[in-house]
Amino acid sequence: MTTLTKTEDAPAPTGPESFLSVRDLRVQFSTEDGIVKAVDGLSFDVERGKTLGIVGESGSGKSVTNLTILGLHNPRSTTIDGEIVLDGKELVTATEKELEKLRGNKMAMIFQDPLTALSPYYTVGRQLSEPYMKHTGASKKEAKDRAIQMLEKVGIPQPKVRFDDYPHQFSGGMRQRAMIAMALMCDPDLLIADEPTTALDVTVQAQILDLLKDLQQEFGSAIIFITHDLGVISNMADDLLVMYAGRAVERGSVKEVLRTPKHPYTWGLLSSMPRLDGDIHAELTPIPGTPPSLLNPPSGCPFHPRCAFTDKVSGSLCTNVRPPLGEGRASACHLTAEQKQTIFIDEIQPRLR
Amino acid sequence: MSDNLTLPAQQAATGTGSETLLEVKGLTKHFPIYGGFPIKRKVGAVQAVDGVDLTVGVGESVGLVGESGCGKSTTGRLVTRLLEPTSGQITYAGRDITHASRRQLAPVRSEIQMIFQDPYSSLNPRQTVGTIIKSPMEVNGINPEGGREKKVRELLELVGLNPEHYNRFPHEFSGGQRQRIGVARALALNPKLIVADEPVSALDVSIQAQVVNLLQKVQDELGIAFLFIAHDLAVVRHFSQRVAVMYLGKVVEVGDRDSIYNRPRHPYTHALLSAVPEVAMDDETEERERIRLSGDVPSPIHPPSGCRFRTRCWKAQDKCATEEPPLVQISGNRDGHLTACHFPEEPTTEARDEDVVLDPALKALEKAQDKH
Amino acid sequence: MLQFIIRRTVGAIVTLFLIGAATFFLFVAAPSDYASLACGRDCSPARLEDIREALGLNLPIAQQFWDFMSGIVTGRDFPDGHCAAPCLGQSFYSGDMVFDTIMDRFPLTLSLTAGAMIVFLTVGIGAGMISAYRRGSAIDKAATGASMVLSSMQIYFLGPIVLLIFVYSTGWVEDPKYVPFTEDPFGWLAGLWIPMAVMATIFTAQYTRMARASLIEQLAEEHVRTARAKGMPKKYVFFRYAWRGSLIPIVTVLGIDLSALLGGGVVTEITFSLQGIGRLAVQGATTKDLPLTMGVMLFGAFFILLLNILVDIVYAWIDPRVRLS
Repeated sequence: MTTLTKTEDAPAPTGPESFLSVRDLRVQFSTEDGIVKAVDGLSFDVERGKTLGIVGESGSGKSVTNLTILGLHNPRSTTIDGEIVLDGKELVTATEKELEKLRGNKMAMIFQDPLTALSPYYTVGRQLSEPYMKHTGASKKEAKDRAIQMLEKVGIPQPKVRFDDYPHQFSGGMRQRAMIAMALMCDPDLLIADEPTTALDVTVQAQILDLLKDLQQEFGSAIIFITHDLGVISNMADDLLVMYAGRAVERGSVKEVLRTPKHPYTWGLLSSMPRLDGDIHAELTPIPGTPPSLLNPPSGCPFHPRCAFTDKVSGSLCTNVRPPLGEGRASACHLTAEQKQTIFIDEIQPRLR
Repeated sequence: MSDNLTLPAQQAATGTGSETLLEVKGLTKHFPIYGGFPIKRKVGAVQAVDGVDLTVGVGESVGLVGESGCGKSTTGRLVTRLLEPTSGQITYAGRDITHASRRQLAPVRSEIQMIFQDPYSSLNPRQTVGTIIKSPMEVNGINPEGGREKKVRELLELVGLNPEHYNRFPHEFSGGQRQRIGVARALALNPKLIVADEPVSALDVSIQAQVVNLLQKVQDELGIAFLFIAHDLAVVRHFSQRVAVMYLGKVVEVGDRDSIYNRPRHPYTHALLSAVPEVAMDDETEERERIRLSGDVPSPIHPPSGCRFRTRCWKAQDKCATEEPPLVQISGNRDGHLTACHFPEEPTTEARDEDVVLDPALKALEKAQDKH
Repeated sequence: MLQFIIRRTVGAIVTLFLIGAATFFLFVAAPSDYASLACGRDCSPARLEDIREALGLNLPIAQQFWDFMSGIVTGRDFPDGHCAAPCLGQSFYSGDMVFDTIMDRFPLTLSLTAGAMIVFLTVGIGAGMISAYRRGSAIDKAATGASMVLSSMQIYFLGPIVLLIFVYSTGWVEDPKYVPFTEDPFGWLAGLWIPMAVMATIFTAQYTRMARASLIEQLAEEHVRTARAKGMPKKYVFFRYAWRGSLIPIVTVLGIDLSALLGGGVVTEITFSLQGIGRLAVQGATTKDLPLTMGVMLFGAFFILLLNILVDIVYAWIDPRVRLS
């Protein structure tokens, strides 16, 4: 474990040069039970060709954020505030027609479960060709050639034959490969992968993750990689955003966040996870309690009901004031920088052995 | 390699050296497939479990790992006799329960309990928590001292729930709390063996640890033996003293925790371990080996001949297709560490000089990138 | 697929035979028989015996059953004439050949069913689609409300009201009657449009609700979202991705509805004083007319089984997972 000697001068992904920039995004759903604040004031940037990991548990708002970027929410029940700028183009205010031109073309998405995410009614080939024909105006023949080429690239054996197969005739891993091929058909600049390997077996997951990394090298796409698995993100991402209750609680490069985490929630995640080389006699340290309801999120810092360090913060700051997340390498927590460092070194680091 | 094995296939040792509680020999479960024309008949079988040998000692925790379709869950259901074995033998506390009838099983049923993966569907939504936990006692006619209700409250307290919540319904609890209810129900009959089938995989990361800790506490304090079935290798390692690795219905390697995780011999164990994504805590940790298999697990309807892993194995030779490797202690293994492989790997997980990459797409992409 | 159709056809024939057997033996087991009913109050044993012999009721029961069932395939000879295959026997009551009687009545039943179906399928599914596409809009709310009210109506309630308004009080329309389509298509429509419209209204409401619910479910499917995520236009996704899957429950219910309608709707026929298959069934049962009852029963069962097979074929056409497994 590297010790904390480095000062906080890591270059932050900043506004203008970044390829995708999300500013103060708020997404709310109106439901019968009330208003769900699925995303509550989220800002982040993605650089061209880089991978941003977004990590969080169910209900943290990570998937909602990305459906919002693509504009795939139901406009009737959803209110969206804030700014999403993709390569100079504002997406929150964009029309449906404008978004349709971008989706599958400039930005593409890979979903979690390829069995349900591919239509059972059409051949894999048709589902791959469709967006290519729409976005590039290619002929059916050209689209087919491109699709076969992509299927081959992602490692589908006999792509010419498999082009005419239906998704249910593929195995789980092959389906996810086809899904990746589909996302890459139009050579997108931004690829959003929402838990792309969660439904897969571990050996297949390893193949798919490496494939995504290698393909990124070749295609140069920026990737937003959403997962709940810190191990996966550690291997995939350049930068990392930790989300909790619809907010970003910590941001930085993957190494910074995972090796010298500064937010109690990130500490909790890391110390509740057993490791392959960890001490078998050390007990895991879970985060007490349960994730908050987004209908009625806790006041102040949303993590305060589960946080073990609120008593180190003076007054009732944690329960009353929402801690801001600064620019660059930052964590949204009222603890002072020294406190964070001391607690991490004294209490958290020993647990991670 | 396989001729310098030193021990015969069967071993009674449970690793901890304690008394054997559960012994499984040649356990097999084939699910028939019907089809054909004009009259439907049996046309094949899903060979879900095909000759599994396993022992669990008193108070011991044995992990069962493997990927989907390897038969680990079916094995769990066979052991608890929720499924009828096709063949093989299950011995519990010296008693053969392989084909025991309901009545013969009655005294054993209470001693073997099960915890399920899905805390949402394994609890009856129309019953209160109290009723759910109490019903195993009622069914088995057990009257604990001080009454059943008192026992239920004690159990709720033990699993970290508020005993006041006796009259609440499952939907009023979160996923992690529901799994605690499942644990309390399993404990109601003072079992000696708990078969836990993926008990934490449906839970969020922060909640997983709560349940793992609870199970560990239960195991330590009550001395209950566990058959812990999971696909998460890190969780299994944390929880189990001994681990069996399954692939396509067979145990390919079994041994104490250290042997399996640090000195694995079977190529599949190597591949499995190397595939686990781990948080890189620093740059100094030894590089782990990188093995990337090709394709998915073959269908258990037509498993490969000989060694079932041979179709995805980088060391496979002709012998692997013709001869099924026995599960034995090959030379260099510690006692109780058995491996079913003709051409075992070196007992280390350190990085190799050259990565094993079998996936054709990865190979092609990485070759192209090396050129640049 | 061919194998599948053959297997299902064989199965259907066996089922028909079993239904025939069940009907026959239940009927025979019932405590009254047609002969004593026909013989009347002052019945002499000799006369009863004559009637029994004329109707073939003196033969062993197994023999009677076999004669009936084999007649369907080979035809039968009766004292007063030949009954060509498929022969469903001769009515005890009227002496007519049952198959001919059914064929006389069937055009009306078929007309009502077909007429109503064309309306309720097009209007019902169409309205359901518009509702689902514009979910939450005023059109959706109106369609949902109207279909909710109408689908809870019954023919015997709505029918008389319509008759009262259009026929009895205003006299705008004549009493419903059947004119063969082949003779006079306009007369056919003029005679039957009221019952067709009433039936169609109720079914349309049901199909609107079903199509809407099914489409909304499909629109929430992940593969539909994927299609949107790759930039396919909303309409395209709606018609190509969501619509196809939404047909499966509709086809299922349609198969059940059609087989019921073709087997004859007593309530509709009585409401509009029409002579269809449904009335024939009632007549057969009330007059203890064994051949008529058997005939109508098997005729209805034939449609149920036929539509079952057709529905499965349509499933295979819609869903490649069915086709290729």
